[in-house]
Amino acid sequence: MKTTRRDFIKISTASAGGIAMTSPVINWMSNGKNDESELDEHKMKRYPTYCEVCFWKCAGWTYTNAEGKIKKIAGNSNDPHSNGRFCPRGTGGVGMYYDEDRLKTPLIRTGKPGSQTFREASWEEALDYIARGMQKIEKEHGPDCMALFTHGSGGKFLGHMLKAFGSNNIAAPSYAQCRGPREVAFFATYGSGVGSPEPTDIRDTKCLVLIGSHIGENMHNGQVQEMSDAIDKGATIITVDPRYSTAASKSKYWLPIKPATDIALLLAWTHVIIYEELYDKKYVEKYTFGFDELKEHVKNYTPEWAYGITTIKPDVIRKTAKEMANASPAVIVHPGRHVTWYGDDTQRLRAVAILNALLGSWGRRGGFYNPEGIHLPKFPAPKYPKIKRTWRDAFPGKYVLADLALASGMCDATIPTLDRDCSIKGWIVNGTNLISTLPDMQNTLTAISHLELLVVIDTMPMEITGYADVVLPECTYLERYDMLRTSKHRFPTIALRMPASEPLYNSKPDWWIAKELGNRLGLQDYFKYNDITELLDWQLKQVGSSLKEMQRIGVKKLNREFDDLYFQENEDVEFNTPTGKIELYSTDLEGEGFDPMPKYTAHPEPQEGFYRLIYGRAPMHTFSRTANNPNLTDLMDENTVWINPKVAKEWYLENNQYIWLQNQDGVVSTFPIKVRITERIRWDSVYMVHGFGHSNKKLSRAHGRGASDSELITNVMLDPIMGGTGMRGNFVTFLTEEPVRKEVKS
Amino acid sequence: MRYAMAIDTKKCVGCSDCVVACQTENNVPIGYCRDWVVEVMDGTYPQLEMEIRSERCNHCDNSPCVRCCPTGASHYEPGGIVTVTHEDCIGCSACIESCPYDARYTHPDGYVDKCTFCLHRVEKGQQPACVSVCPTKCMYFGDLDNPNSDVSKIMKNRKWKVLAPEAGTNPQVYYLI
Amino acid sequence: MREELIISGRMNPKIDPILHAWGWEIPLYLFLGGLAAGILFFAALYTIRGKEDMYPAATKWAPFLVPVILIVGLGALFLDLHHKLYFWRLYTTIRFESPMSWGAWTLMIVTPISFIWCALNIKLLFPKWDWKYEWLKQLEQFFLKYKIALSWIMLASSSILGVYTGILFSAFNARPLWNTSILGPLFLASGLSAGAAVIIIMAKEHAERLLFSKIDLMIIGIELFLIIHMFMGFRASTAVQLEAAHLFLGGAYTAPFWVFVVIIGMIIPAILEFLEIKKYKIPVVIPASLVLFGSLMLRFLIAYGGQASRYLY
Ligand SMILES: Nc1nc2c(c(=O)[nH]1)N[C@H]1C(S)=C(S)[C@@H](COP(=O)(O)OP(=O)(O)OC[C@H]3O[C@@H](n4cnc5c(=O)[nH]c(N)nc54)[C@H](O)[C@@H]3O)O[C@H]1N2
Ligand SMILES: Nc1nc2c(c(=O)[nH]1)N[C@H]1C(S)=C(S)[C@@H](COP(=O)(O)OP(=O)(O)OC[C@H]3O[C@@H](n4cnc5c(=O)[nH]c(N)nc54)[C@H](O)[C@@H]3O)O[C@H]1N2
Ligand code: SF4
Ligand code: SF4
Ligand code: SF4
Ligand code: SF4
Ligand code: SF4
Ligand SMILES: [Mo]
Repeated sequence: MKTTRRDFIKISTASAGGIAMTSPVINWMSNGKNDESELDEHKMKRYPTYCEVCFWKCAGWTYTNAEGKIKKIAGNSNDPHSNGRFCPRGTGGVGMYYDEDRLKTPLIRTGKPGSQTFREASWEEALDYIARGMQKIEKEHGPDCMALFTHGSGGKFLGHMLKAFGSNNIAAPSYAQCRGPREVAFFATYGSGVGSPEPTDIRDTKCLVLIGSHIGENMHNGQVQEMSDAIDKGATIITVDPRYSTAASKSKYWLPIKPATDIALLLAWTHVIIYEELYDKKYVEKYTFGFDELKEHVKNYTPEWAYGITTIKPDVIRKTAKEMANASPAVIVHPGRHVTWYGDDTQRLRAVAILNALLGSWGRRGGFYNPEGIHLPKFPAPKYPKIKRTWRDAFPGKYVLADLALASGMCDATIPTLDRDCSIKGWIVNGTNLISTLPDMQNTLTAISHLELLVVIDTMPMEITGYADVVLPECTYLERYDMLRTSKHRFPTIALRMPASEPLYNSKPDWWIAKELGNRLGLQDYFKYNDITELLDWQLKQVGSSLKEMQRIGVKKLNREFDDLYFQENEDVEFNTPTGKIELYSTDLEGEGFDPMPKYTAHPEPQEGFYRLIYGRAPMHTFSRTANNPNLTDLMDENTVWINPKVAKEWYLENNQYIWLQNQDGVVSTFPIKVRITERIRWDSVYMVHGFGHSNKKLSRAHGRGASDSELITNVMLDPIMGGTGMRGNFVTFLTEEPVRKEVKS
Repeated sequence: MRYAMAIDTKKCVGCSDCVVACQTENNVPIGYCRDWVVEVMDGTYPQLEMEIRSERCNHCDNSPCVRCCPTGASHYEPGGIVTVTHEDCIGCSACIESCPYDARYTHPDGYVDKCTFCLHRVEKGQQPACVSVCPTKCMYFGDLDNPNSDVSKIMKNRKWKVLAPEAGTNPQVYYLI
Repeated sequence: MREELIISGRMNPKIDPILHAWGWEIPLYLFLGGLAAGILFFAALYTIRGKEDMYPAATKWAPFLVPVILIVGLGALFLDLHHKLYFWRLYTTIRFESPMSWGAWTLMIVTPISFIWCALNIKLLFPKWDWKYEWLKQLEQFFLKYKIALSWIMLASSSILGVYTGILFSAFNARPLWNTSILGPLFLASGLSAGAAVIIIMAKEHAERLLFSKIDLMIIGIELFLIIHMFMGFRASTAVQLEAAHLFLGGAYTAPFWVFVVIIGMIIPAILEFLEIKKYKIPVVIPASLVLFGSLMLRFLIAYGGQASRYLY
């Protein structure tokens, strides 16, 4: 069988071409006439920024032409996150600014929730409306019944406002839906989470082990760049993935694992490394706690045992374990990032952390370095009021080890129960499309139905904006200041984001929204600056810089306080764990009643005729935030469902045919999705890219394009340790015709 | 002087940043592109191989598009870069038909457009836009006649191929394999 | 399984998914060019051979159509241009390697000649025609005097035009289907055949009709030979050309090509013309129109099929 690019594009024109024909060419950077000329950087102005298209926060420059129009964005070469090179989404960030579907003015709902019928309102009116709503909740239920969901830079200001108001219910989906289990597992092991950007020393590694983590499609810039450096230097890459990922195609070893069995593989590797004495003896002896228990624990986890579970051959398990050991300590068993897969994720990540400890890679060149950031003093403000209750009170005794709030937990805490005296009554949702971000969409909708106030701050009309009582249009990151970026890296840096243009339409930055809302809530003492520039300049002056300097250079490199990027030879290191050691045997987990060492437990498998739904990233999109971006939809305007040829044959499916997916609970995808028959996926699974299948008609390019994985994720496998929402325990089957749908009554 | 590009298929991840960067740098209208990315996968699960290539005009040494152009709009610039002078182009599409790589398209304004190797940047000593953004640094650009240029050096150490050599066009975009 | 995808969503209009930079304009232009060439060729030929009066349709009447045909053809070419305001750029340079260029220049020569030719015969159409100005009359006298020389020029330039209409395609190596030297003679033959067909329609005398029927029959024979030869050439060639030929031997263009071009446009008219020669009464318009139709279809199918063929890499 053969699919040629001709065939491929031939079919896809039927749809894409259709779109191209109905919507005339967008001259996205000029009004009407095409601007023929190439850019002349010498005639352009540039403004520093850091990218908001994902959370790697690359620093760069926004270029404007002589007329002041934004033309392009490029990396800042002094920035360690980008090294002067943006990823496609960052480069295509201009499309966020030029997207003509943007939210343009505040909206107040007139129709039913979710109905997207709004009237336009002035900022005054909208903010007054919100302040009244918040005060009502404060009076009737207490300020701690307000919650903030935020994913993005502006959240800092809104969070400050909410804490001043008296609530600490502030969560990002990047924890319980993303990297939470990893943070908890590494904290339990090393007394320190992994953090973002991950301090993986990929550029100097000799062996990179990727478990799922699909770098190259997961376009987190620094890692992609460093993986390429590693390839140049001849590093061995080992990729464990049921799908032939881009990274797998660059790997010396691709282990096409059966999904949901990674812990078995990790334990078998641990077994080999311990019993064949491949571990870093000095390191293990000096720094770790519980080696003997671990040795005993993995005794029976042999490669032969794992073979039956993972379908990875024992000799491959041994060979790859040896590759890691040979590279040790310049080896990285990558902790991944989106790790909320099967509900036992903290334990899986514990196995990853343990493996790294045995290989001695934590704190070593080519392994994990010790990152350093800068702590900027906070702008003077009164102390926050004491908080009486939080979302955690809804889950007594649970998720104690979660060090950040759970977005899913806050959502659940919104649904009233008999034994809860106050459920959350008001949400402010900033820069997160909760409807497609949290699994179990129905649950999210139930929570929303119990709200008294839902405020959504976004740049685009999204699924979530449809449910809002008030929608506030934030201007894009190219049109605003934000807090300084201070994230940790090999050396500390500060990066500035400043506007390259006035906000388009009637949109406003979050710092302004938070301050205005604060004023209306009587919290003006917390916002004692007239303009954000005042705050930034004050902060910068505290560390010997100034806004003026930063406007010129964009990124300021600072020196490390100590030369402790890696452990010194024989250095005594005190780890922030109960034992002060790297805990192979976790006393913390044991204390909370969990297995101190990871075990393998089998997960349910798809029934006959069903296939495990796995999902991931496409390099040119970030979840749903880019789904309508004109520049990026030009590269990819829908997702496809990857199906193994054997499966396709059984189902008589053809390439590029549109089908509907139905999950184990009978949920059928709203939109059809195009079939991609490919050998790159196992026969027991199907794969799709997350972020498509938008139901909001106001997204002219994204509406109805592709299908949403989120709506098919109705089975959530909760991580008992920290409340992460495992999302890969869902199975789908294929419908070749649109099913008759029951009227949804609301 | 002979400008050329070498692209490392072992490092390219197919992210298409080169395509977006070209679009913003050269005002390529949405819906059009001067460069594109091809993925070729062979085998049966789990015995698979994949090559990813970023493609564009090859700035052929023996380029049929220049030969067949009735007005001279398509021409060689110093260093062998093939470009189209917009004001000389009548939009007859002959060059489009003549290119074995389908590297050209008609701009909505009527003239024919394609990759220029970012001549406007190269003239100022900068790298082409696509080369300068590529996150994997898998693209190398420079003067093949200069043994110390990035391209010359990488091509000395690596195996390479060109696309459709049998078309006789003598392409100057090389793929490291 | 092999999977080859463009993953960056490339969709350049008229390039993807299948090259279609040349729509109906170019094949029509080539057909009309070939037709004009065919008519002028026969007019010149029989004038040189001194048979003007014997074959008036060929030498006098049919050429009246040529300026119209050429203008329509040039109109089609003009419509094909996307940067129309710059049309004049064609005539600021001559580029010998570009068939487009010398096609434009050939037309620059052929078109005025065809006008002169009509002018010389204008009194056939308008018996009371008067050139009014003395210098026009002198000019007429001049051309009448050198009519044979003019005929030679016309013979040469119309042949060039005819060949050009074929070579335009075969100059494009990039399209494997066009990448054959047979296309030049095939299109020339097709143009001559179309020219002959027009003459047959216009001829009033049986003798003239008979002559051109014979000529047409012969040309059709040559065309069929060339077509078979062309495909045999492809079959013995590279994978790329095999794939290209497959378009017409089992692929998407098979039925239209063999039915419209070969059967309806060549074999049926050939049979009818043969019967005509054998003194059966056949309304001449039928085979002649079929030939014209076939000739037009040939251009269209080769134009579209060629654009669907490409190098594989
Ligand atoms: N372009 C782009 N890049 C992004 C993002 C984006 O939206 N777009 N988002 C960023 C964010 S926030 C995150 S969290 C990261 C996420 O990126 P990663 O941390 O890399 O996410 P994963 O879930 O590990 O990656 C999905 C891969 O896991 C494989 N997989 C599925 N099931 C299993 C299994 O059971 N076992 C194993 N071993 N593999 C499995 C899939 O086949 C797929 O290749 O990406 C970041 N980078
Ligand atoms: N099914 C499924 N669910 C997932 C994942 C998955 O792979 N599959 N991935 C999980 C992971 S790893 C993560 S990190 C989360 C991410 O979850 P989210 O961060 O919720 O992801 P997005 O869908 O990009 O939603 C971002 C929202 O922010 C808006 N936005 C963009 N820029 C701005 C801005 O400047 N200001 C404001 N106010 N709004 C802005 C966008 O329009 C969009 O509505 O999703 C998680 N959920
Ligand atoms: S990785 Fe890409 S999208 Fe994310 S911040 Fe950097 S440039 Fe922006
Ligand atoms: S930017 Fe670089 S890595 Fe990305 S597709 Fe282009 S060449 Fe490949
Ligand atoms: S690739 Fe095509 S357009 Fe570029 S020089 Fe070669 S023939 Fe001309
Ligand atoms: S379209 Fe323009 S560049 Fe191409 S051959 Fe015609 S005149 Fe030359
Ligand atoms: S060299 Fe310049 S014009 Fe050519 S593809 Fe790269 S960015 Fe585009
Ligand atoms: Mo994430």
